[in-house]
Amino acid sequence: MKKIIGTVVVLGLIAAGCASTYVSEEQREAQALAMMKASFKVNGQATLDRLDQDDMQKMCSRYHGDNKMPKDVGDKLEKDQQALIKYPADGKYLGDWKSGERIAQSGVGKQFSDNPANPNGANCYACHQLSKAELAYGTIGPSLYNFAKVRGYTPQMQKYAYGKVYNSQAFSACSSMPRFGHSGILTEAQIKDVVALLMDPESPVNK
Amino acid sequence: MARTIGLMAALFTLALAAQAQDKSVVEEIEKYRAALGDGNPAELWEARGEDIWKQARGPKKASFEKCDIGLGPGVVKGAYTVLPKYFADSDKVEDLESRLVTCMVTLQGLTPEQAKKDVFGGPGKKSDLEALVAYVTGSSRGIKMNVAATHPKEVEAYEIGKRIFYHRGGPHDFACSTCHGDDNLRIRLQDLPNLSKLADAQRAYTTWPAYRVSQGEVRSFQWRLYDCFRQQRFPELEYTSPASIALTMFLAKNANGGVYNAPSIKR
Repeated sequence: MKKIIGTVVVLGLIAAGCASTYVSEEQREAQALAMMKASFKVNGQATLDRLDQDDMQKMCSRYHGDNKMPKDVGDKLEKDQQALIKYPADGKYLGDWKSGERIAQSGVGKQFSDNPANPNGANCYACHQLSKAELAYGTIGPSLYNFAKVRGYTPQMQKYAYGKVYNSQAFSACSSMPRFGHSGILTEAQIKDVVALLMDPESPVNK
Repeated sequence: MARTIGLMAALFTLALAAQAQDKSVVEEIEKYRAALGDGNPAELWEARGEDIWKQARGPKKASFEKCDIGLGPGVVKGAYTVLPKYFADSDKVEDLESRLVTCMVTLQGLTPEQAKKDVFGGPGKKSDLEALVAYVTGSSRGIKMNVAATHPKEVEAYEIGKRIFYHRGGPHDFACSTCHGDDNLRIRLQDLPNLSKLADAQRAYTTWPAYRVSQGEVRSFQWRLYDCFRQQRFPELEYTSPASIALTMFLAKNANGGVYNAPSIKR
């Protein structure tokens, strides 16, 4: 009897030992979030809830590098994000490309060092080539030079461009691009201006 | 003054280059960076840091010469290359800046608030911590990064730091990995190191802290993380917070084997 109890105790200790050394991915993510909550502080508009993740952010944090996202997870993510896009009620997608160029150049907005009273930028040039004149462009995203000249000046393409700027995740799961409309970075009018920069035949992007 | 003129000339060259083709822009930036490497004002921070290190300070009138920053009390040479690490006396994983604050509190008798009064320098405000960081890191030049990450708390810090690196959040859905998780990326004209790859991780980690020409300050690794998270649209990272140290553990260990060479000079 004593021997049995002893065995049970030993097995229990082994189980406890395993439990304390093996940490699942979900537990690590929870540890990281808890640690971040204890390590950041509110500064102006940048509040602590910015550390919390929606489903897209959670899944796209988990899968990276060789750990590829399963296709069904990616497909569902895109479908869920598609449903969140709000297209303009007036059915018009094109604004003013000149204003769009200013928005594409501006990198301000949503940082704790930014004044929330000022309009946000989209900083498109940080990641994309757009007009030929601007040489200081980044390469995180593809070149958008001649965007509509190549793809066509069609209403379908205008709608696609609007949706892509509004919520990039709806078209490409785990894209690096911010969801400018979904996350309230740009207003509807601003997105139309950016779409005009891409789609207007007079825009330098299509020259 | 000669240096200022040199810098102005380099900047002017850079401006001219903007009219040339893209490839030559990148080449001109390389020239500008090479010009910067010729004489680094960080030396002034290093010299001031050495003075502070040796001064008797605080209510307990103690210098840092009994402070253990990784290789035993008072050992400065090479210490930065083993950080972050677990320290039994504080029962925490600490990076250099956390450890300096710990010594200010335990050895010199300052309150944590006093120790962390001026963590970053600015116009008309000198930071003793930045100077100390410059001195200590400068004493590891030429030594290979050698972060152990074997103590259970070090392993935990590394694993959590890795998740923080990939944690997408905020209004822009950015994670560290958004800009630093792929090869040969550029934001505007700035090259971005892929911190998940050995060569890039080594090159990046071993060149911080840096004298930032655009700011006229030596910037520490804690500052680098603080300002990355600002641009990531996250809330404000607290100085020497657990998340900052866990992330540093992830990045420092990934740079193991790289030859340390900082404070450097960056644009």
